[in-house]
Amino acid sequence: MKLKAVLENYVFVLPAVIIFSIFYIIPFVWVFQLGLYEWDGILPTKLFVGINNFKEIVFEDPAWWGSLWNAGYITLIALTFQNALAFLLAWACDREIRMKNFYRMVFFIPPVLSEIVVGMVWRFIINDIDGANIINRMLAGMGFPDLVHNWLSDPETALTMVALVHSWKGFGWGFLIFLAGLQTIPHELYEASRVDGANARESFKKITIPLMIPVMVLVAILTVLGSMQVFELILGLVGGEFAGHTSVPALRILASMRVSSRFGYACAQGISFGLILVIISFIQYRFSHKARQASN
Amino acid sequence: MKTAVYYKTKKITINALIHIFLLTMVVVCVFPLLWMVFSSFKTQETIFRDASLIPREFHFENYCLAWQQGGFGRYFLNSILYTASVVIGIIIVSSLAAYAFSRFRFPGRKILFIIFMAAMMIPVPGSFVALYVLLNKLHLRDTPFGYILCMISVGLSTSIFLLKTFFDKMPRELEDAARIDGCSKLGIWWHVALPLARPVLAVVVVFNALNVWNEYILALIIFDSRKFMPLQVALQTFRGEFVTNYPLLMAGLTITALPIILVYLLMQKYIVKGVTSGAVFG
Amino acid sequence: MKSFLRYCLAALLIFGISALYGCASKQENKTVIINIWHWMTDRQAAFKELAARYEAKTGVKVNFELYAPSDAYTQKVRAAAQGNNLPDIFGVLAEKKDFASFIKAGHILDLTPYMDAVDGKWRSSFFAKALAVNEFPEGNSYGIKPGVYGAPIDITTIQMVYNKGLFKELGLNPDNPPSIFDELLKIGRKIKANNMQGLVSGWAEVWMIDCLANNYAFNIMGEEKVLDTLRGKVSYNDPDWVKVFSVFKEMRDSGVLASGIVTMINKTAEQLFANGKAVFAFNGSWCVNVYKGMNPDLEYAAMLPPKASDKYPMAIWGGAGSSFMVNARSQNKEETVKFLKWFTDKEQQAYLSGVTQNIPANKDCLGSIPGTLAQFADDMELTTHPNIWGIWEFPVVTEALDKGIQSIIIGEKSPEQVASEVAKIKEREMAKKKN
Repeated sequence: MKLKAVLENYVFVLPAVIIFSIFYIIPFVWVFQLGLYEWDGILPTKLFVGINNFKEIVFEDPAWWGSLWNAGYITLIALTFQNALAFLLAWACDREIRMKNFYRMVFFIPPVLSEIVVGMVWRFIINDIDGANIINRMLAGMGFPDLVHNWLSDPETALTMVALVHSWKGFGWGFLIFLAGLQTIPHELYEASRVDGANARESFKKITIPLMIPVMVLVAILTVLGSMQVFELILGLVGGEFAGHTSVPALRILASMRVSSRFGYACAQGISFGLILVIISFIQYRFSHKARQASN
Repeated sequence: MKTAVYYKTKKITINALIHIFLLTMVVVCVFPLLWMVFSSFKTQETIFRDASLIPREFHFENYCLAWQQGGFGRYFLNSILYTASVVIGIIIVSSLAAYAFSRFRFPGRKILFIIFMAAMMIPVPGSFVALYVLLNKLHLRDTPFGYILCMISVGLSTSIFLLKTFFDKMPRELEDAARIDGCSKLGIWWHVALPLARPVLAVVVVFNALNVWNEYILALIIFDSRKFMPLQVALQTFRGEFVTNYPLLMAGLTITALPIILVYLLMQKYIVKGVTSGAVFG
Repeated sequence: MKSFLRYCLAALLIFGISALYGCASKQENKTVIINIWHWMTDRQAAFKELAARYEAKTGVKVNFELYAPSDAYTQKVRAAAQGNNLPDIFGVLAEKKDFASFIKAGHILDLTPYMDAVDGKWRSSFFAKALAVNEFPEGNSYGIKPGVYGAPIDITTIQMVYNKGLFKELGLNPDNPPSIFDELLKIGRKIKANNMQGLVSGWAEVWMIDCLANNYAFNIMGEEKVLDTLRGKVSYNDPDWVKVFSVFKEMRDSGVLASGIVTMINKTAEQLFANGKAVFAFNGSWCVNVYKGMNPDLEYAAMLPPKASDKYPMAIWGGAGSSFMVNARSQNKEETVKFLKWFTDKEQQAYLSGVTQNIPANKDCLGSIPGTLAQFADDMELTTHPNIWGIWEFPVVTEALDKGIQSIIIGEKSPEQVASEVAKIKEREMAKKKN
């Protein structure tokens, strides 16, 4: 009888476990294995090289580290600018205000679009000679002709443009989660603090911020996972790695696979990248755990 | 009294400022989209000269041309079929698992859940070659079924995570009542848990629908037959042909983006509710 | 609740249908069907027309399947190779080293016996240089049995084009393009002064940079020295290589390069040139068709990259533009080869060339190709290509070289710096190879 109950429990997880084992675990193990080989992706024979690929990543591949740096920069802008914007918007929407639903609806449209489409459309809007040159026209119109330049093909600004367009595409998710978080804060808390004589700023500091910390951490984790892996947007917007200025790990992995035909090395890069993401997420998770304990 | 008037004007000013801020963001959000849509009504000649957002004349024929040239009709149906199947598949499979993770105690429960969560974070580059070889061995290559299974596995972890956190917070009284009425575990999942989870299911639907609708690389690799290809693959070919004909290209982009925007608009009422109901906060 | 049940029933139904959908496609068929995979979005219509003609003539059905973009196509072919699911005919669309891997893995049929049959009739119908791309000569360093492993279907040369109308605007003779590098720089300064855009090209995709750099390397130091560099006998620190890198610095400084060329994809470059927004373009001979589609009235002509040195002739990249390979595991090998023979025959090649404006691989129909295209074809003697050198550069070195040139163009690095960086990576790879 008891055995039957246990087996019944397994019935629930079985479909998920089966699909997951076949279509995720097997490829994962395969990729992990390949990271130990030198293989061009075509030949039937593979050359076992042990951890040489990983050694090369760490010690001899500055382009890889450069790409991680770039992804980190995009992530940093997404974490600060994008999330601050998302939070502000959510905060502005979390009140009795007209057209609330309209705002809500509009802010989530950008995340719905595919990265390539976003990249292409924005390139068309920003770029000067093959686009509409909107930014430069606006700058010139507002009386800053000195700032006019080629935003996407200047090494100084290209990566920032990528990060900004990425933020444009991504802030809707953060907005949504922040908004939901704000709405779970009971109104009585604000009422009580107002009775206590606190003004809006104080109650924002004392109630909103502490209660929102776990939500912020969640948004931060999702932002990091999303921003570190961006690449199709870059292809659409800048056309490629731009002498390393807009190269990111995902593009490096693709280059190893397609351009230099080093499939094994690409797999090793992927594994190292995955490892980095897990470590970052874990740190954030610990942080959120601590923050939650502190807020309780 | 100064104060009443003072507070009233202050409130109005603040509200006005907030509206200005929000409306600015609305413009920033919508502008590229409007640009895309309006560009699709221009012609190759006017698109660079006619800098105004709203075209002087509307060329609807771009849409007919894009639809015909891209041969989107069939691929459209395929995409809808894949998106619907994957989303429904994920809902069933992940809600079953999430329910078990949340409610039942069984050996291996924790470790299984951790594995699922780790998978959410680790991308597997180049896994499509492994998937290809695998599907080939299972005789599922070049079949919609194989593609659907692969895509289900892609969305599984995140969906389980979202659903489990929701179930954890859901009160158990209703389930207890159903159990007393003699309902089986599967029955409770089906009749009680799933209907209550509707808000978070909306999030799962939109999240996964986005993924499937915008996917093309795996589809291109595992399908040999053109008749199985989803819309995004057709769009890629279309891009290759018309990348320099902006109006036509924009029309194609609009056609492919529209359905997913519609899905979102239909679901958005539930999404905020779903997120609010605590689905995503642990 | 009922509505939810209905949803789930619908789900099951969809699952069922899709499963059936998959099975229904596996029908036995007695007639011979030849399946071909390719990536050429611009030629699918012409291919289909030829397939229809072949079917009408022989009753053999030919299926051209188009998979784009070409990046994804490359992945698809490699994945298919892993499962031995390649079609009867395909293009490998890869470097020679990878082409060799496909042969070693037993995916590609040796066409030599067919080429040499009937006194080498098939072989002699091609331009030798086009065939060379698919040929592995005696004693090649790839370790492949000597022979021909693919049939070229067209020829590509990559060179420069200039806009005649803009030449007139600049006060230049539209029939006299610059032939030496200094003239090009002078025009560059004029372009800058007139606030126009100079040379456009798809230099975001680095291989086109590689191509022009190679052209100048051949011009400045000659073929032997270039090949010796690949062999590791000459360093990239050599003054001649620094001179090659300097070509790009001088072009940048003179203003002959269009703004943003390093983030330009080739389609964009083509559009700019076709719309008369750029004076020069560096592009492949396929551009004739592209420009015609974008702007039929464009007045332009082809030219060689202007010489930077008198010591050696200018070389341009050229050879087979696209090639088809026959699957060694094909069920219908003979039928497939027969089709490929027909496909590369004079009549079909002339049709393809006429419709898609590509230089035919079959030399018998060269007389029938239109004006500007003929200009491209005329320079066939000057062509070279990494695929016929018999040795190859390490991909990482090529990547460093291409990226280095991008850095020179955006003014981050000096030619000397790039030369020493590339040299360092080359030394590292050579050392690794020895171990």
